[in-house]
Order: sequence, then C-alpha cells, then structure tokens
Amino acid sequence: MPKITFIQPDGAEQTVEVVAGWSVMEGAVRSLVPGIDADCGGACACATCHVYVDPAWLAALPAKSEMEETMLDFAQTAAPNSRLSCQLRVTSDLDGLIVRVPIAQH
Amino acid sequence: MSGQIVIVGAGQAGVQAVQSLRSEGFSGAITMIGDEAYPPYQRPPLSKAYLLGTFARERLFLKPAAFYREAGCDLILNARVDKIDRAAKTVSLQDGRTLAYDKLLLATGTRVRRLACPGAGLPGVQYLRDIADVDGLQDGFKSGIRLAIVGGGYIGLEVAAVGAKRGLDVTVFEAADRLMARAVSQPVSDFYAAEHTRSGVKLNLNTGVESFEGNNKIEAVVAGGTAHPADMVLVGIGVVPNDMLARESGLPCQDGIIVDRNAMTSDPSIFAAGDCTRHHGREGIEIRLECVQNAIDQAKHAALAMVGRAKIYSEVPWFWSDQYDLKLQIAGLARPPDRLVLRGDPASRKFAVFHLRDGVVAAVEAINAAPEYLTGRKLIADGAKVPPEKLADLSIPMKQMAQD
Ligand SMILES: Cc1cc2nc3c(=O)[nH]c(=O)nc-3n(C[C@H](O)[C@H](O)[C@H](O)COP(=O)(O)OP(=O)(O)OC[C@H]3O[C@@H](n4cnc5c(N)ncnc54)[C@H](O)[C@@H]3O)c2cc1C
Ligand code: FES
Repeated sequence: MPKITFIQPDGAEQTVEVVAGWSVMEGAVRSLVPGIDADCGGACACATCHVYVDPAWLAALPAKSEMEETMLDFAQTAAPNSRLSCQLRVTSDLDGLIVRVPIAQH
Repeated sequence: MSGQIVIVGAGQAGVQAVQSLRSEGFSGAITMIGDEAYPPYQRPPLSKAYLLGTFARERLFLKPAAFYREAGCDLILNARVDKIDRAAKTVSLQDGRTLAYDKLLLATGTRVRRLACPGAGLPGVQYLRDIADVDGLQDGFKSGIRLAIVGGGYIGLEVAAVGAKRGLDVTVFEAADRLMARAVSQPVSDFYAAEHTRSGVKLNLNTGVESFEGNNKIEAVVAGGTAHPADMVLVGIGVVPNDMLARESGLPCQDGIIVDRNAMTSDPSIFAAGDCTRHHGREGIEIRLECVQNAIDQAKHAALAMVGRAKIYSEVPWFWSDQYDLKLQIAGLARPPDRLVLRGDPASRKFAVFHLRDGVVAAVEAINAAPEYLTGRKLIADGAKVPPEKLADLSIPMKQMAQD
C-alpha cells in the first residue's frame, strides 16, 4: 500500500499506509491523524480537510477541479501548495507523499 | 472532569460527541449504544456513490475501530435503549442491561416516514435510511428495470440521478407542484426539473400516490388515477425524529426533542444533538434540521455543555446534495417572503439564488458555484446587507461583496 507522511504544525510526523483508490483524507481519518476534520466526508463541500503539500510533490499531483480551486481560494490559511486532501486519490505514484496539516480547519 | 456519560444512538452526532468530549478533556467513562449492526457511518454517500456502486462499504465508517479504543469509548452495537429512568439516572437496554449515567446524550436521529396507503407493504416498496436499505435496493438496481420514486425531495432525486446513470427507467411522483419544495426556491426547483428530464427521468408533479398494486410483489404505482407499471419503488417522503425515548421519560418534545441553545433538554443531566432535536436557531425561530452540519455542530456544543463550558450554538446551517455532475450547496435558512436574487444564468449550469430578508443575506442556494456558497455563508454569519443589484452583478467578484 502507498505510504503518506503527515506532518503536524509542531513537527510531529506520522507515516501511514493508505489503500490505493482511497483519498489522502480517508487515509488520515483511518489512521487517526489529528487535524483533518473532514466534516462533509469527502464531498468537496466543507474545506475542513485542507493540507499543504510538500513542494517536491506538487508536480506529481493531478490538477485541482474548479470546485476544489474555489473552495481553497476562500480558505483563510490557504497557500499556493494547499490542497483538499479528500480530492487527492492515492495511487502508487503518490507513494511517499508528504503533506503538512494546518493549525486549524475552521 | 470525570463521571459517566452515556450516548444513545451511534451515528454522526454520537461519534462527534465522543471526539469532542475527549478533546475538551473529559476523562470519565463514555458508553455509546447503537441499535444498528455497524459502528457510526456517514449517510450522505448512501444515496450517492454507495448506491452507484463506486464506493466500498468500508469507506462509509466515520472512524476506525482504533478510535473507540483510544478514546476509551465502550461502543455497544446491535442494542436498543428502550427506557430512561430520570430519577435513578439509568437507561435500560432491550436485552435487559441497565446502565447508570451522570450525563446522558440523546443522538437518536430520525426514521423514515412510511406510507400507509393500500399495497404499501408489498415486497419491492423500499425506503432509504441505512446501509441495509441500500444493500436491499442494490439487488434489483439493474439497467432497464422500471424504478418508481415516491417523493421529489433530496433523497428521491439523488436516487433518480443514480438510477438514470445506471440505465434504469426512472419515474418520480411528487405531490407538490415542484421538486424539493420544502428546501429550495422555485428557480432551483425548475432548474433541477429540467436536468432530470434531460437525463430521461420522467417527472409527475402534482401527483400524489394513491396505492400500489401487485401479486406478492410490486407491479404498479397508482397515482393521479392511473396505474403506472413499476418493478421497484423507492419511497422518500421525509423522516420522523426518534424522540419517543425522551417523550416517554417526560421530556418536552414536539416533532423532535426540545433543547436549548446549549443542546440541553429540560433536564440538566440530559442533552440531545442531531436530527432528533428541535432548537431555537440563530434567528430565534424553532427549527429541526436534518443535516451533517447540525449533527456535528450541535454535538460539539452538547459536549461543551456537558463538561461545563457551555457555549451558544449559532452556526449557520449548511447542506449539500449531489445529483449528476451538479453540486448544490445551501447555507442559511430560507423563508418564503424572502426576496430572491438570481446571480448567474441557470442555462450555464452554474448559478446561485440569494435570499434577502430586510436587505440582509439570509440564505444562499448555489449550484456548481462555490464562491457564491462560501461568501454567502460568511455574509449570512455576519448578518451583512448587500444591495440586490450588487449580488446579481457577475462583473463584481463574490470576494468584494462584503465591502461597501
Ligand atoms: C440517504 C441519505 C442521504 C443524506 N445526504 C445528506 C447530505 O448530502 N448532506 C447532509 O448534510 N446530510 C445528508 N443526510 C442527512 C444526514 O445523514 C443526517 O443529518 C445525519 O446522519 C444525522 O446524524 P444523527 O447522529 O443525528 O443521526 P443518525 O446518523 O441517523 O444516527 C442516529 C443513530 O441512532 C440510532 N438509534 C435511534 N434510537 C436508538 C435507541 N433507542 N437505541 C439505540 N440506538 C438508537 C439509529 O438507529 C442511528 O443509527 C442524508 C441522510 C440520508 C438518509
Ligand atoms: S472533506 Fe469536506 S471538502 Fe474535503
């Protein structure tokens, strides 16, 4: 299974295995990674699954949908490397992906 | 803070309460009792991706088993609470067990409203609330079969969209003169009617169902005086709150368990959250909400109140519905005399309807329009006044709406 590393604001790291085909958000929830609220459960409707993608990995990710783009555009703590983790589908290409969890989702 | 907290109902609100109680530092015992076979799961995908068959059951669960272990939550499934003894501060389970509580949270959700017309009990007349319901529907959900849907609300229409996508021959019967009449404005109803029609779904508005016909299985839906042949029926005519437990224990209920803005019932040891409650919303009007947002936010407030840090619940309600490639997002609560302002052209399949009350933005319905939805939600929370001409003007970006 592909492995994804989540880094908390305090620097704590957690590397978890995620079933291929699931989202990065689902991987985080299944492994009890703190800080990913995912209120809408992945419907791209709440923007509480926001993460910052390690710059080295940005190019490997699929483009944002228009909906994700606008949801992020309105998130207060969004940066150019922000993504909604529920919209990132895990494949073997993403094995080793590193993302940072924001201080708060609300 | 310690003590014993018992949660009745293992769903969206229940699991949020467990999480919030622990994050608020509650260190006592937590027991959560649910009458379904499964640990808490999300219901929204049931009428969407799970029915479509593109979402494994495993993905429905809100938390992994480790969550309950680590949170020290004793999760009792397949068990029904059938009595609250408020004087003794205990709940009794159907299997005879009795559990003591210091604080009790009722998070019992709703059950589907059932039809009582002739033939309603025929095999093939189905409802949709839980995993077992969808699994039952899946068996017959095959290309070419005639699916009749009773009720043109969210659930009926989401199922219609999935059915059309999977090649079923879908017909919707709705007693009102428009779709989703309880929840959206006329322009949005009209837009969705056109979209469903375009996808081959047959809509019968102003058509109440009178009975069902068949020999040992559903064969026809009788509506508007005509028998419409059908192989399968899905009834989606709303839900009824599970407030019997509370009512029988003498707690005030009226189409929902009545709670204050701290999610407390009239008994200071008993709280309630989610679909089963009726509360004074942020506008001071009594409401019963049926959405994930309310389950999550009210449960958070119940947890705060239970640990002695009560905070007024005043979040703006929000909701979404997925039909075809359309994402409908709603924030706030519309009321009929509101002034409607259309932003964008429905023909572009991307538009929003704002509801203004005394000039203040009270609600927004956005179709494939995240900026309108997100800014709208903020304008509603802030009680902002925005001139209707400005809201309707597509040349002004949503981000500038809040400014004068
Ligand atoms: C098909 C479907 C699609 C939906 N789509 C959306 C959507 O897109 N967006 C949205 O915001 N909302 C949606 N909803 C609504 C949303 O799922 C609910 O608002 C939410 O689940 C409410 O959470 P709850 O915890 O209050 O109730 P529930 O999640 O229903 O949990 C209550 C639980 O308590 C159990 N229970 C009841 N009485 C007892 C008892 N006496 N003893 C033990 N257990 C008991 C019930 O069986 C149930 O398991 C949808 C609902 C359905 C059914
Ligand atoms: S979980 Fe809601 S937008 Fe990602």
